[in-house]
Amino acid sequence: MEKSINITLKVWRQKDAKAKGAFETYKLDGISTDTSFLEMLDILNEKLITERKEPIAFDHDCREGICGMCSLYINGHPHGPDEDVTTCQLHMRKFKDGETITVEPWRLAAFPVIKDLMVNRNAYDQIIQAGGYVSINTGGVPDANAIAIPKPIADEAMDAAACIGCGACAAACKNGSAMLFVSAKVSQLALLPQGKIEAAARAKAMVAKMDELGFGNCTNTRACEAECPKSISISHIARLNREFLCAKIKD
Amino acid sequence: MTTIDAKIPKGPLAEKWKEYKAHQKLVNPSNKRRLDIIVVGTGLAGASAAASLGEMGFNVLNFCIQDSPRRAHSIAAQGGINAAKNYPNDGDSVYRLFYDTIKGGDYRAREANVYRLAEVSNSIIDQCVAQGVPFAREYGGLLDNRSFGGAQVSRTFYAKGQTGQQLLLGAYSALSRQIKKGSVKMYSRYEMLDVVIIEGRARGIIARNLVTGKIERFFAHAVVIGTGGYGNAFFLSTNAMASNGSVAVQVYKKGAYFANPCYAQIHPTCIPVHGEFQSKLTLMSESLRNDGRIWVPKKKEDAEAIRAGKLKPTQIKEDDRDYYLERRYPAFGNLVPRDVASRAAKERCDAGFGVNATGLAVYLDFSEAINRLGKDVVAAKYGNLFQMYEKIVDENPYETPMMIYPAIHYTMGGIWVDYELQTSIPGLFAIGEANFSDHGANRLGASALMQGLADGYFVLPYTIQNYLADQIRVPRLSTDAPEFVAAEKEVNDKVKKLMSVQGKRSVDSIHKELGHVMWECVGMGRTKETLEKALARIKEIRKEFWSNVYIPGDGSLMNNELEKALRVADFIEIGNLMALDGLNREESCGGHFREEYQTEEGEALRKDDKFSYASCWKYAGEESDPELIKEVLDYEFIVRQQRNYKS
Ligand SMILES: Cc1cc2nc3c(=O)[nH]c(=O)nc-3n(C[C@H](O)[C@H](O)[C@H](O)COP(=O)(O)OP(=O)(O)OC[C@H]3O[C@@H](n4cnc5c(N)ncnc54)[C@H](O)[C@@H]3O)c2cc1C
Ligand code: SF4
Ligand code: FES
Repeated sequence: MEKSINITLKVWRQKDAKAKGAFETYKLDGISTDTSFLEMLDILNEKLITERKEPIAFDHDCREGICGMCSLYINGHPHGPDEDVTTCQLHMRKFKDGETITVEPWRLAAFPVIKDLMVNRNAYDQIIQAGGYVSINTGGVPDANAIAIPKPIADEAMDAAACIGCGACAAACKNGSAMLFVSAKVSQLALLPQGKIEAAARAKAMVAKMDELGFGNCTNTRACEAECPKSISISHIARLNREFLCAKIKD
Repeated sequence: MTTIDAKIPKGPLAEKWKEYKAHQKLVNPSNKRRLDIIVVGTGLAGASAAASLGEMGFNVLNFCIQDSPRRAHSIAAQGGINAAKNYPNDGDSVYRLFYDTIKGGDYRAREANVYRLAEVSNSIIDQCVAQGVPFAREYGGLLDNRSFGGAQVSRTFYAKGQTGQQLLLGAYSALSRQIKKGSVKMYSRYEMLDVVIIEGRARGIIARNLVTGKIERFFAHAVVIGTGGYGNAFFLSTNAMASNGSVAVQVYKKGAYFANPCYAQIHPTCIPVHGEFQSKLTLMSESLRNDGRIWVPKKKEDAEAIRAGKLKPTQIKEDDRDYYLERRYPAFGNLVPRDVASRAAKERCDAGFGVNATGLAVYLDFSEAINRLGKDVVAAKYGNLFQMYEKIVDENPYETPMMIYPAIHYTMGGIWVDYELQTSIPGLFAIGEANFSDHGANRLGASALMQGLADGYFVLPYTIQNYLADQIRVPRLSTDAPEFVAAEKEVNDKVKKLMSVQGKRSVDSIHKELGHVMWECVGMGRTKETLEKALARIKEIRKEFWSNVYIPGDGSLMNNELEKALRVADFIEIGNLMALDGLNREESCGGHFREEYQTEEGEALRKDDKFSYASCWKYAGEESDPELIKEVLDYEFIVRQQRNYKS
């Protein structure tokens, strides 16, 4: 049932990449529990604008959990306390009346802050550019039904492909590792006959890029899996490791 | 009077595209490297075009607003993509897909374009599978299909409820490969603010670096616009927050025609509006209509009791439910096209049978499907949509019917293009939802993804060469050219003007006001009166905006409010064009329903004798109304009929 709550927000404010940044405290009253978390931030921003202050910068676009643009560390959790959702799908009914909510950007050397809660996740694009594709050009490909793919394999590839590239996995990891993200792409393509051909080389190139960009090593803490809004399984990391080993042996 | 040439190739329908390709001019490999192409947008249309052009050897500059090309609005498409593969052996063919699309568009699209679209549809599926797109499969290992509205065959390919995501990630991977190779240079977090015209041709753009706030100039031999639709003129829509119509307005003001602005699609199955603070509306995919049944209570008392919270939908007996789509349209039932389904929902709610506290909702019920197929099968098909619904509404759709209501979703109108996807400005092309070309007055489900990828992978990479073949001697021009300087100054002046208003209203508050006017007056049912009222109200809103908007911060740095303000300024112009176009079109067709023009049964009444044309609006300056140019639609190959989904 809809009701309304009063909350206190502690929000990270940082003017630009170079500024030091600090928490600011805001009070918001009468927030409907049917409001989404980002709509709550809209309400706060509207209030700041009427007070002729600068609104809080945060990333968002689809607001339905698919584009991967929203981020935010909320009360110590990437994408907040609810399970299997992104910040944009989080609703205020998950918070209590009178609660203090802490909102921070992803904190990771590889994702530097741009302003307030916005970070630069270009590193993930660079990892995909290193090899997250099947090397074919437009046109001249076989009929889509030329290769049958067992449904369980196709379904598993789909589960891996559900990754939205949000960065929560690396943000959640105490080592700042991007392994869950990298493994999801490697695994999706390695499972399918189309991607198998380049599987080992792909794994090697993507992992090398990840290391180069300053992401940490995976020590199997499973924090990534727990916080991933798309329930990407760490079993993909095992598959990545196998492909990676294959590549090493071939070297 | 300006005349219009759509450059449709001569010859039989099925031969036109083959003929065109056989005779068009091409650019040889060594010259391709010397030609620069700007592609604005990284949605399905932009990303597929940029990747394909890069692969061919052109030097591509690709722009997007989001922090990564992978996040373009296309990512949110749920249901699927059409193709004429006829894998299920249910009688599909290129001709049938063509015919359904023309009919679905209420006979307001170009035959030649639509035929080409159907023709290349199959290659899209092949391409995506080769990229590793994990489409749904049957137990035998072959691809699965589902049904979408406006068709009696199953021709929709899908990847769970995340088809757009998977297709976009496919195009993004191809794009990433080209970025690595250096054939595409990516500019993320950049927003185009104007096109640069030199000697009558598009030669570059002015764009704002959204991180630094700096305004920059970019040259190219040709410019391709793939910036999506303008549905956010309504404030609340199913579009992503950054979706906008600004580039369409920019190029319109530089001489490109804006075609059929009034054709906007209202999608029947969205989660209903729940409060003033709401920032967007969430779509529940059309694919749900494969198994979900739409109904409202038969008795007004029941509807009233439900609205008052005294009765639950599950308590209403089968006999007391009105499955109004099945009742009115026995042949297509719940799978009628979107415009028809949306109006039928509005009709029931207006008549007092709506549910939800607001009375502005109908039920989409899965109980019959769950009984027939089992909960697991339903969950496998629609699980993520059900989860999305539950997270938003806090009700479990496995146990109680979903509540849905129509919302603005897609815009068929857009930048006018000829058969080559070239606008009325030479060297300026438009692809995907940004152009007006293939959907007439109403788009069928699963056809936007098809069109975006058709344009980007298989059409534009050919047709743009016919233009560029003549440009190989044009050197890379300096961005110090006076046209660049002037265009940049215009943009800077606009930013300064906006920043200096320092009024009292936030950008959002004015955008919401515009949205209300659009929904009330230019929405599902329009009349001469409502459209005239819209024009008057939009005039006031324009004045309010330019005299009372408040943008905090510094205009020369990162500034999200300024970004929104620049877009809202253009939504106001689009709203005006939509109302103007709707007023001119004294007929009902597809998504454009003029209440004065309907059949006795309440269906859209077309006037082919008077309105069988695409309305192309040509800018005529701030002070005057634009000039209307008519591109007459000749139906050479099919006979137009009153659309019939009853029998
Ligand atoms: C919720 C939802 C579900 C849908 N489901 C389906 C479906 O199942 N099947 C189907 O066929 N269709 C569906 N559609 C429609 C379809 O998704 C869109 O029509 C299509 O994806 C549009 O693709 P596009 O490439 O033309 O533009 P978009 O994907 O909108 O991309 C626009 C691009 O342009 C960029 N851009 C915009 N303005 C600027 C600027 N000024 N400067 C720089 N860059 C700019 C953006 O950053 C973005 O990269 C759905 C739409 C919605 C809203
Ligand atoms: S693996 Fe999960 S957490 Fe990591 S980027 Fe993908 S969706 Fe986000
Ligand atoms: S805004 Fe797109 S996933 Fe949250």
